[in-house]
Amino acid sequence: MIKTQYRELYCSSPRYWGGLASLAFIILVGLGAAFHMEHNGHFVTGMSNQIVWGLPHVFAIFLIVAASGALNVASIGSVFGGPMYKPLGRFSGLLAIGLLAGGLVVLLLDLGRPDRLIVAMTTYNFKSIFAWNIILYTGFFTIVGLYLWTMMDRKFEQYKRPVGFAAFFWRIALTTGTGSIFGFLVAREAYDAAIMAPMFIIMSFSYGLAFFIITLISAYWWAGRTIGDLRLAKLKNLLGVFVGAVLYFALVYHLTNLYVTQHHGVERFILLDGGVYTNMFWIGQVLIGGIIPLFLLYSPAFTTSRFAIMVASLLVLIGGFFQVYVIVIGGQAYPMNLFPGKEVLTSSFFDGVVASYTPTIAEALLGIAGIAVSMTLVAIGSRMLRVLPESLEDPADGECI
Amino acid sequence: MSCSNDQPDMNRREFLGKSVVAATAAVVAPGVMLTVANAASDEGASSAVRWGLLIDTNKCADGCSACVDACNKENGIDLMQRPTGQSDEMWNAQRPQWVRKVKLRDKQTGEISNLPMMCQHCEHPPCVDVCPTGASFKRADGIVMVDRHTCIGCRYCMMACPYKARSFIHQDVAEQLTGTPRGKGCVESCNLCAGRIDAGHSTTACQDACNKDGHQAILFGDLKNPDSAIAKALKAESSHQIRADLELNTGVRYTNI
Repeated sequence: MIKTQYRELYCSSPRYWGGLASLAFIILVGLGAAFHMEHNGHFVTGMSNQIVWGLPHVFAIFLIVAASGALNVASIGSVFGGPMYKPLGRFSGLLAIGLLAGGLVVLLLDLGRPDRLIVAMTTYNFKSIFAWNIILYTGFFTIVGLYLWTMMDRKFEQYKRPVGFAAFFWRIALTTGTGSIFGFLVAREAYDAAIMAPMFIIMSFSYGLAFFIITLISAYWWAGRTIGDLRLAKLKNLLGVFVGAVLYFALVYHLTNLYVTQHHGVERFILLDGGVYTNMFWIGQVLIGGIIPLFLLYSPAFTTSRFAIMVASLLVLIGGFFQVYVIVIGGQAYPMNLFPGKEVLTSSFFDGVVASYTPTIAEALLGIAGIAVSMTLVAIGSRMLRVLPESLEDPADGECI
Repeated sequence: MSCSNDQPDMNRREFLGKSVVAATAAVVAPGVMLTVANAASDEGASSAVRWGLLIDTNKCADGCSACVDACNKENGIDLMQRPTGQSDEMWNAQRPQWVRKVKLRDKQTGEISNLPMMCQHCEHPPCVDVCPTGASFKRADGIVMVDRHTCIGCRYCMMACPYKARSFIHQDVAEQLTGTPRGKGCVESCNLCAGRIDAGHSTTACQDACNKDGHQAILFGDLKNPDSAIAKALKAESSHQIRADLELNTGVRYTNI
């Protein structure tokens, strides 16, 4: 078997530094937006006491979910022993760390008191799934960091498998924790469902792999290296399976809700007459994020088209973003049913009415900056560390199965 | 050979004995002092009582907002200034509202009811369960409130509260009352006038205002004391918890709803 040679990502200086400079600019703008929101208070955002988690949370949750999924490629290589995935393990670990960092930056900067990070890190209420998540996130950095080390340092190669296993279980726990943030909310009809945790896991598989494919192809294009068709085809087919699985989980979630009379209202809201949320569900999540990518990934017309794979991955991410938006914002917009059998005639606090939310540009800029933080870390990491193989050409016959 | 020096004539055994006593006293005394001090502070929030409210919706008048106004004054909410240029809708959605008036109509019978909604002071509060730092807490006397020194403004408690009882402070706070500290970026909600109760008052601001207007729809008291007016009233007539299905055992109960 040909030995994989890893090398730092070199490309011409203007291209690399130019790219980094654009990312830095996006981050600066995002930091400015965060300062604007923190300095004035959240009144300058679209968030309120009705919609308490807004667009920054959508970005943050989307990135955190994708982060754990991005690690899958490494897990397939070292835990499940897929030889085609092994050379991709290091980059997968780096991307996972980058995406998680980007998501957490957004989450942190959207807190009412980000200056109290030290309180969050030192004062724990262990009954809170949120507190568990803080431990899961910091643990993820540590374990994936060690995992990267065992993959990159021959002296520690014997620990690669056990650390790989630990990382795999940790990432499952992390996404379970993220899904349970919603699953454990008994009060709101759109949440309070155990299926949230496994659904978030399968969403992470899909978004993480889509991010992986896009960044991998971009990095190789940036550095002028080659990726073999067979390897891309493997990734592409796997993405197809994950996209189908996300659709399946969405179907089961909604079917279960539709069976429960109490939840007919919220289902009607999301599926039929919720306006922007209904559109985002059907057009964004199902069509853009599900059906079109499936067609692009499995249609014989695009078997080896890299453009189709890129577009499909991008659509999976866009659809995934809409999916998280519908879950986070749509779930809050639908009014809680405090008084079953009663109709609310008047309330100064919007009881019984759909809460309105218009995100502001500042919120969007902060979220986009989170993605830029992730991409910057990945760009710097690939330049400094040997995470990307010199060539990902397909191996000769018989070596890859 | 005799030896004279200026050392005290102290028996070795006596010296050791005294040292042990002194050391023990030095170790135990602060503990005793702390326990005594704690015992004194426990009197403020004792688990022997559980504060609660009983609201008679039949007596709650349509269009009356006496309780809301009194609450706003008592807790310095009326000192909050609307940010310039903010629309009515956003101001209503973003300003803190510890108590709100809600008017309901029964979908089947058309019966109209009015009631004030506030933190229900659950025995098992979801907001306390989900708070990552423990800032959202329940006192020994059943009052649920927020420690604004450890609140990081994550708003998870607002997501978890089944009664939409919590408010996030969306703007700078120019003026506030010493009894009700308030800060931008933290969450707050009705605390059953904890400051008044701790100072020995037996009524909340909302109850006083309601009584003053002659409605007497709000009754505050100790749910655990069988001789209290609230306990007697709860025993005499049927009352409801809002979202009783969640089995949170709320401290705020409603009759005629």
